[in-house]
Amino acid sequence: MSTYNKEQVAHLAEGTLDWETTFRMLSMPKDKARFSMYLEALQKKVTFPDRIVLPLGPHMYIVQSAKTKQWVTQCDCGHVFCGYKENWKMFANIYVRDTEEAMADVYPTLMAPDTKWQVYREYYCPSCGTMHDVEAPTPWYPVIHDFEPDIETFYKEWVGLPVPERAA
Amino acid sequence: MNMMSNTETGFADLLKNGQTLSQFRADIAARTKATGCYNGLEKLELRESDPIGYEKLFSKLRGGLVHARETAKKIAASPIVEQEGELCFTLYNAVGDCVLTSTGIIIHVGTMGAAIKYMIENNWEANPGIAPGDMFTNNDCQIGNVHPCDIATIVPIFHDGRLIGWVGGVTHVIDTGAVTPGSMSTGQTQRFGDGYLITCRKTGVNDTPLRDWLHESQRSVRTPKYWILDEKTRIAGCHMIRELVEEVIASDGIENYEKFAYEVIEEGRRGLMMRIKDMTMPGVYRKVAFVDVPYSHPDIQVSNAFAKLDTIMHSPCEMTIKKDGKWRLDFEGASRWGWHTFNAHQVAFTSGIWVMMCQTLVPTQRINDGAYYATEFHLPKGAWCNPDDRRTGHAYAWHFLVSGWSALWRGLSQAYFSRGYLEEVNAGNANTSNWLQGGGINQDGEIHAVNSFEASSCGTGACAVKDGLNHAAAIWNPEGDMGDIEIWEMAEPLLYLGRNAKANSGGYGKYRGGCGFETLRMVWNAQDWTMFFMGNGYMNSDWGLMGGYPSATGYRFEAHKTGLERRIAKGEAIPLGADLDPGKAVYEQSIDQTAIVKRDNQCMTTEDCYDNHDLYLNYLRGGPGFGDPIDRDIKAIAKDLNEKFLLPEYAEKVYAVVISQDAKGVWSVDEAKTKARRAAFRKERIARSVPTREWMKEERARIISKHAIAAVRHMYATSFSLSDKFKGSFKQFWDLPADWELPESELGVPCYGSKYRMDLSLMPDVRTIVQVEE
Repeated sequence: MSTYNKEQVAHLAEGTLDWETTFRMLSMPKDKARFSMYLEALQKKVTFPDRIVLPLGPHMYIVQSAKTKQWVTQCDCGHVFCGYKENWKMFANIYVRDTEEAMADVYPTLMAPDTKWQVYREYYCPSCGTMHDVEAPTPWYPVIHDFEPDIETFYKEWVGLPVPERAA
Repeated sequence: MNMMSNTETGFADLLKNGQTLSQFRADIAARTKATGCYNGLEKLELRESDPIGYEKLFSKLRGGLVHARETAKKIAASPIVEQEGELCFTLYNAVGDCVLTSTGIIIHVGTMGAAIKYMIENNWEANPGIAPGDMFTNNDCQIGNVHPCDIATIVPIFHDGRLIGWVGGVTHVIDTGAVTPGSMSTGQTQRFGDGYLITCRKTGVNDTPLRDWLHESQRSVRTPKYWILDEKTRIAGCHMIRELVEEVIASDGIENYEKFAYEVIEEGRRGLMMRIKDMTMPGVYRKVAFVDVPYSHPDIQVSNAFAKLDTIMHSPCEMTIKKDGKWRLDFEGASRWGWHTFNAHQVAFTSGIWVMMCQTLVPTQRINDGAYYATEFHLPKGAWCNPDDRRTGHAYAWHFLVSGWSALWRGLSQAYFSRGYLEEVNAGNANTSNWLQGGGINQDGEIHAVNSFEASSCGTGACAVKDGLNHAAAIWNPEGDMGDIEIWEMAEPLLYLGRNAKANSGGYGKYRGGCGFETLRMVWNAQDWTMFFMGNGYMNSDWGLMGGYPSATGYRFEAHKTGLERRIAKGEAIPLGADLDPGKAVYEQSIDQTAIVKRDNQCMTTEDCYDNHDLYLNYLRGGPGFGDPIDRDIKAIAKDLNEKFLLPEYAEKVYAVVISQDAKGVWSVDEAKTKARRAAFRKERIARSVPTREWMKEERARIISKHAIAAVRHMYATSFSLSDKFKGSFKQFWDLPADWELPESELGVPCYGSKYRMDLSLMPDVRTIVQVEE
């Protein structure tokens, strides 16, 4: 197994890691210490005081609230969407591209979906305007609850780390 | 009765243990069920007692399989096999479970195994008999094959008169004699037009193909020369591997070989669980994919009125990763099979997943049936991925197989991202189309069919640390290649007028999807020629990830009565190179104004007439993007502009950059102005959006009033009819009235197949193999 230092993992998270090391990461068995180094690197990047429990996206995390110790889903601008078990999209802002004109802002003529068949649902942070997700379903499709991680099992049994405190 | 039973034929005792193959297989299944370990192998005796010897055995066999593939493919003349590598060889144990496989189209790990299991469970050992030197041929999609053009030759392996295993070889042939030419045609709507179908037929004895088989099969397809050499390829590879097994047994002993042939499957099962625990995260992941089936269009000419409707294929996936590293892949809610050729047998679906997984979760050489035993599949009976009717067509199963699995890419990538393995994240895959297909009389004056495998090189999905690769790969063949222009021009009466990366085809994002490419082809020196298009047009089938956009959809361009013959003779301008911005229609400026042009999103057509000097644009799709586009590095955007991977208008509209072009035409991005523009862009997003729950009220009203096109309503109606669970969750989410229903009967489109269906298992003397929870 290859091992990597904190600086390399921080570069990976930043998207600035050299290709040779990135290729080694791809081709060699995974380093078990990655998760804790990754959390540390991300924690240094964010400006909020809350502890990152699990990264969900480039700008979205499940965090332990510094004030309440509750686990919440939060944007890196500090905007709290909801409790970590809920679907954050239900608490986001949405912009639906469901007209030809709206699609024309994204793709050249003939290269966009026909909005009678498929729409784009862009989910934004209501505070900072980061686009966290683009769903591309048919009309009528329920808002998808993408991910319900089993964080306790992951921390305790898979990576051998203490589970961060969680207030009810 | 004038039929033979075991009494008359005698008991073959192929295993020399008094058991039939079916009994032996049932015992393995029972031991697997009782212990959770394949064949009850809680201890890997050979591997643990002699790990070096075990690895040597592995290396000899795996190396031999790859060697056989690389050697045998040189026999083929078909560029699909010889250039793109659409072949694979696989070694099985006596019950048809895969031991090891070669490189190539490894979806067939399971499909040839399913054929062997079909022979086992339907008593092939009694009739037609299984003997040393026999050859069996299969391409039947009702028992597990992907599509009829994947022809499998299966050879039993005996040692001292005892059956110890099988070897199978598969090639993707150019034509199967379907209603329309090309290996994956669209002109038929049922099995009965899907081409020449062979059900585990004994086609050779004493290592020699039978003469009736040769005569019948060669005249049943349009391209006998390619067919003949493809069969020789498969036979040569199978015999090389059989000889390899004989050599291994001579050097390592039959006992060790047989131990290996079962232990390696258990090792594969444990290996997958270990990889899942090493790389992913326990939990529940939900993703979905769709693809369009636009069959009401006049350019879809099929012989069945009941097939003339628009619909959408639906593949919802709930992936549950369990504490112990096992996983469950549940496709409850999938839409019903249809009257087209895009249906897939359950084995095509489950086995196909491994061709994808070997590119992400299990990038090892140890691809075998072990992974299957570590996976629970739920595929609703009657769905497009597990049809319950013996009439279904499968020729272009890939229309949705690739995209139907795209949910898995995104689910796994969520896990990789959350865990910090960013280098493994992949937003998804291109819809690997267009497929240029057709046929007629070629430049050599022969009856011919074509299926351009340029689709082997579409754009790949973006990663969390880098862009996707441009025109690089297709999920269904990790060894794929776009092929040389010169070879394609020999194989097809179609000259190249351009081959370029396709601008804006990759999905936008912090890291963009890889661009696809486009080739402009001119019909030349053909007679009575036809072609058609196959791919997605009204929808894109692969979403972006974490704020990245999906890749662009497809479109078609074809032109007839172009005047190019005269223009070339006079040295006038002709269309060359890229269709850079399809809205500007630049090709039309270099052909006669009276030309008949089709430029639209109808990317699914049937056989249409083409004269020499007609044009056809083959546009291969890009991959989806990752992350918010306004996070994209401005240097990367300038590079995309200067390499014509991105049109300037979309740099401004999607990436929110401020750009300028110097006197030499070189683009650059203004950093300071872009920073301000992006800050304003964020505010514009907030201003134009609404809280999700507010929007849901409007959408709910549209659902209650059933405001959607027929294709959308038809998709939901077929999913609802197969799954009360899906319908219940849909109604619950939208808080619909209890009496809200969406029966197919109210849609005003043909409903053939909605009520009355007949499964293959209802045929006399047929025992089908079920390998999933239904």
